[in-house]
Amino acid sequence: MGELTIELGAVLLLALGLKGLAKIRTARTANGLAALALALAVVGLLAQQGLAGWPWMLGGLAVGGGLGALLAFRVAMTSMPETVALFNGCGGVSSLLVALGAVQLPGGLNLLGQVSVLVSVLVGAITCSGSLVAVGKLKEWIGTPTWTLRPQRHAINILMAVACLVCCGLALKGFALALVPLTVLSLLLGVGLTLPVGGADMPVVISLLNSYSGVAAAAAGFVVGSELLIVAGAMVGAAGLILTQVMCTAMNRSLTSVLFGGALGVAGPTVAGSEGKETYTNVTSCSPEECALTLEAAERVVFVPGYGLAVAQAQHSLKELARLLEQHGVAVSYAIHPVAGRMPGHMNVLLAEADVPYDQLVEMDVINPDFPRTDVVIVLGANDVVNPRAKSDPASPLYGMPVLEVDQARSVFVVKRSLGSGYAGIRNDLFELPQTSMVFGDAKQVLQGLIQNLRELGVGKVPVASGKAS
Amino acid sequence: MSGHLGLSEALWVLLLGSLLGLELIGKVPPTLHTPLMSGANAISGITLLAALTLISQAASPALRAVGAVALGFALFNVVGGFLVTDRMLAMFRRKEST
Repeated sequence: MGELTIELGAVLLLALGLKGLAKIRTARTANGLAALALALAVVGLLAQQGLAGWPWMLGGLAVGGGLGALLAFRVAMTSMPETVALFNGCGGVSSLLVALGAVQLPGGLNLLGQVSVLVSVLVGAITCSGSLVAVGKLKEWIGTPTWTLRPQRHAINILMAVACLVCCGLALKGFALALVPLTVLSLLLGVGLTLPVGGADMPVVISLLNSYSGVAAAAAGFVVGSELLIVAGAMVGAAGLILTQVMCTAMNRSLTSVLFGGALGVAGPTVAGSEGKETYTNVTSCSPEECALTLEAAERVVFVPGYGLAVAQAQHSLKELARLLEQHGVAVSYAIHPVAGRMPGHMNVLLAEADVPYDQLVEMDVINPDFPRTDVVIVLGANDVVNPRAKSDPASPLYGMPVLEVDQARSVFVVKRSLGSGYAGIRNDLFELPQTSMVFGDAKQVLQGLIQNLRELGVGKVPVASGKAS
Repeated sequence: MSGHLGLSEALWVLLLGSLLGLELIGKVPPTLHTPLMSGANAISGITLLAALTLISQAASPALRAVGAVALGFALFNVVGGFLVTDRMLAMFRRKEST
């Protein structure tokens, strides 16, 4: 009876944890509650089944937990999306191995157990290889090979899926060896499904794979007969699905077009490379000095931070520049696109790391009407999210994606290393507008140049109006 | 252990668990998408329970080794996932208290 109490307590804590994670105020405590729930579940299980095989348990615990903790502490905030994907892939591997191992258990499995093994292998393997592809894409180790965008890929994926089902059928008929081709085919299917998805859509895929790993866990729960595992797996599976939907809405993408549309909805050969850097003609560039002069005279400045800012580790310099401008009486805010960074909410995390006040981060829908009365917009390492083509050109792959309307502002400075295309590989008309100037260079160096130039102009020496310090 | 769970009970548990999951996540501010995904991901590492069961019921050292590896992967997911989520959320917390 004691074990049952522990199990029920664990489920309750998990539910509270998952619910609390969706609110800023409670999120951190909720995360702790969920962790506690898992610890409780382990204690409950060990109390029930005893400690047979404890050296193996200790080994897995120490190595896995140790490596996980090590990675968690060392990884940079910028590479959070791929880290989550990696963790998720490992969860998939775990379900896969448990299912393959359970087949060998003495006593055998009933039909329910057998079906669950198959589901666990299939979903676990897809989660694993799909997550690894996602990691590779986010790290930009692998791109989107053009052959994966041909329509034939759907036929190949369907063939693989059918072959998987055939293997499942054979396995149920008693051919245990069919599990081997099933594993291989499922792994390939995971690759086949994720490889054509464009890098910008990867967060949605990770979220969906996260939901899958919940399903795989629930299936593993059926295999070993653990209600707790079924409940927790089902909860994560369903919650992951909702979160995927919420993220799709935030990015104005439909789940089907993410999964089956290829890189940003175009399956043609136009995506990669054909719109190269050399096509820009009327680009004006300027030095940090000129930019500083414009800033000095501005009343309202909006920063648009993007992934490039985070890569250059320039959050702290940006914060310093903003402080300087505020002391000078300039109203400063940050425009946050829903998918700024590599994942919804990623940029908020990065700016929070640099101590940027919460209330200065303004979401897209709120700040868009304000751009016409903004003096200066500084775009830092963002590209696709400020591309006016998303509004004007129905032929553009970006068309329909909500963007920050920075082209409405009086002057725009785009800080960028070069005229290279953005993450989605699409030409940006903003760079050619008359009010736009490019400031070429590393975001951090440019920002420090701006700070230095502003100081030379006397900004920040005499504190102007007080009361902006909050 | 695998004996005591009948098909209908198991399916009920599955159904109710799914409904609970659907109900718990309603509106999520975009700020929390990343941490929530990471936290939910850590919870899905709960397959570690199945790995523990596998180890305890296994008859051969080879099978125990499979269970241990599965346990290792699951714990990598759980420990890493919760810690990384905490690191992200700690940054928001600091903002609120000031």
